[in-house]
Amino acid sequence: MLIGKPSDIPSSEITPKSVYFNRRKFIAAAGAAGAAALTGSRISRIFDPETDVRAGTKLDTVKSPLSTTGEDLTPYQYITNYNNFYEFGVEKGDPAKNAGKLQTRPWTVTVEGLVAKPKTFDIDTLLKLRPQEERVYRMRCVEAWSMVIPWVGYSLSEFIKQCEPLGKAKFVQFLTLADRKQMPGLSQSSINWPYSEGLRMDEAMHPLTTLCFGLYGETLPNQDGAPVRIVVPWKYGFKSAKSIVKIRFVEKQPHTAWNDQAPEEYGFYSNVNPNVDHPRWSQKYERRIGEPLLKQRRPTLMFNGYGDQVASLYNGMDLRRYY
Amino acid sequence: MSNRLIIFLKALVHLACLAPIAWLVWHFWLASTTVPDALGADPIAAVTFFTGKGTLRLLVISLAITPIRRLIPKLSWTIRFRRMLGLYAFFYACLHLLTYVWLYSSFSWAAMINDITRRRFITAGLTAWLLLVPLALTSTTWSIRKLGGKRWQALHRLVYLAAIAGVVHYWWGVKSGVHTPFAITVVLAVLLLARPMLSYTARMSREKTQAGKVPLSR
Repeated sequence: MLIGKPSDIPSSEITPKSVYFNRRKFIAAAGAAGAAALTGSRISRIFDPETDVRAGTKLDTVKSPLSTTGEDLTPYQYITNYNNFYEFGVEKGDPAKNAGKLQTRPWTVTVEGLVAKPKTFDIDTLLKLRPQEERVYRMRCVEAWSMVIPWVGYSLSEFIKQCEPLGKAKFVQFLTLADRKQMPGLSQSSINWPYSEGLRMDEAMHPLTTLCFGLYGETLPNQDGAPVRIVVPWKYGFKSAKSIVKIRFVEKQPHTAWNDQAPEEYGFYSNVNPNVDHPRWSQKYERRIGEPLLKQRRPTLMFNGYGDQVASLYNGMDLRRYY
Repeated sequence: MSNRLIIFLKALVHLACLAPIAWLVWHFWLASTTVPDALGADPIAAVTFFTGKGTLRLLVISLAITPIRRLIPKLSWTIRFRRMLGLYAFFYACLHLLTYVWLYSSFSWAAMINDITRRRFITAGLTAWLLLVPLALTSTTWSIRKLGGKRWQALHRLVYLAAIAGVVHYWWGVKSGVHTPFAITVVLAVLLLARPMLSYTARMSREKTQAGKVPLSR
């Protein structure tokens, strides 16, 4: 399998978060007040000063050669205030508002199913299992918007090796927390909780697939899937399960939450593919969050631009059928 | 209700309908230039929902006038606001359509034809807009005279279909499992059901009074 080795982004090219924040703080607050007064809409939530506070712990990271280059990073503010995390509500601003209650310590991840020895890992053990790498990836949501995020984590394959899956294991299923006490969104939508996602074994073992603990050099904010999540950069965002509590190795393709909800709209594979439309909108273009309004629209890339690395996983497969 | 007060209230309604558009245009400009987050993280989606929800709200308000007048005869002067509310609903609908044609489709006919034929939520939305066009065109007093009250009224019943198509468009547009269109659906359902119910109770009470009158007239 060929893995591209793009060069590092010089740190001088990354805009510090503080610069970004101060520049816009005043005008954002003014805009939010206006929006709230005139429309009563929830646009203003993104400027909620409370969600501005970052409680993340700094992580020691090394730069990953797998990082995507040549893209501007999406500012931290968007990555942490524009989220799809239905456990905390269906509106984009809900997770930032409601996820603060989530207790991420103590936290364990249970490994079960077709493994040599089922085992429960403590989150702090997982954090130290391998060196934490900064990995800049594009993130393409099925809703046709995208970001560029400096994740922190290591290849899921490193963890899977520790789990000693049996030869019969053909798929990996991720199950995430579903706790009514901490997650007010569980009753807001008819999703089949707990959220379930899955990957074929070779997809899970691909080095790009990341077991992720942080972003922008800090531990994950709750609304982005703390304390541990998956990141699969060539698939639509909903494949990257957040706040994982269970990893199950199975023989048959596991059921997945959005596929249960609307099978014709969200397939098991859900590889980013500009040639296969969502039934309700085209996937040919996407809106890059954080860019000026009229410059947001850009063509969507096959496999989200990671085709050189992952296309071979799908040789001979009809990607229209296995969408 | 004095004419002067009506004029004053009309000015207020104009302001209430235009101020959000002024705000939107100003923030659209900001978001395209110096402040990318002036309309939130996803400004194109924000403009879409702003104009779409605005259309449905204005349509529903204009549809509330008839039942309100029939329930509370004292408020029958509200009829003088119905035309402007309906026209503002159409104006918002046009902006909503423009959002789609410009920001989503970049004026690509091929993309739009593909959407209209293959995506039912876009078909429903376009249907709603098309149903509003003849109503906006025949909104003048001259049109009412030319068509005659009965025919004009029959034509303008299309607004019921337009509102229903609009709400269906909203439901089909949101992700499955999301219930945000629920509130406006309930309000529209109440307003549409109120019409036959009010007609029924009015007929009942008319029959009652007539039944009472019959012996007297003999």
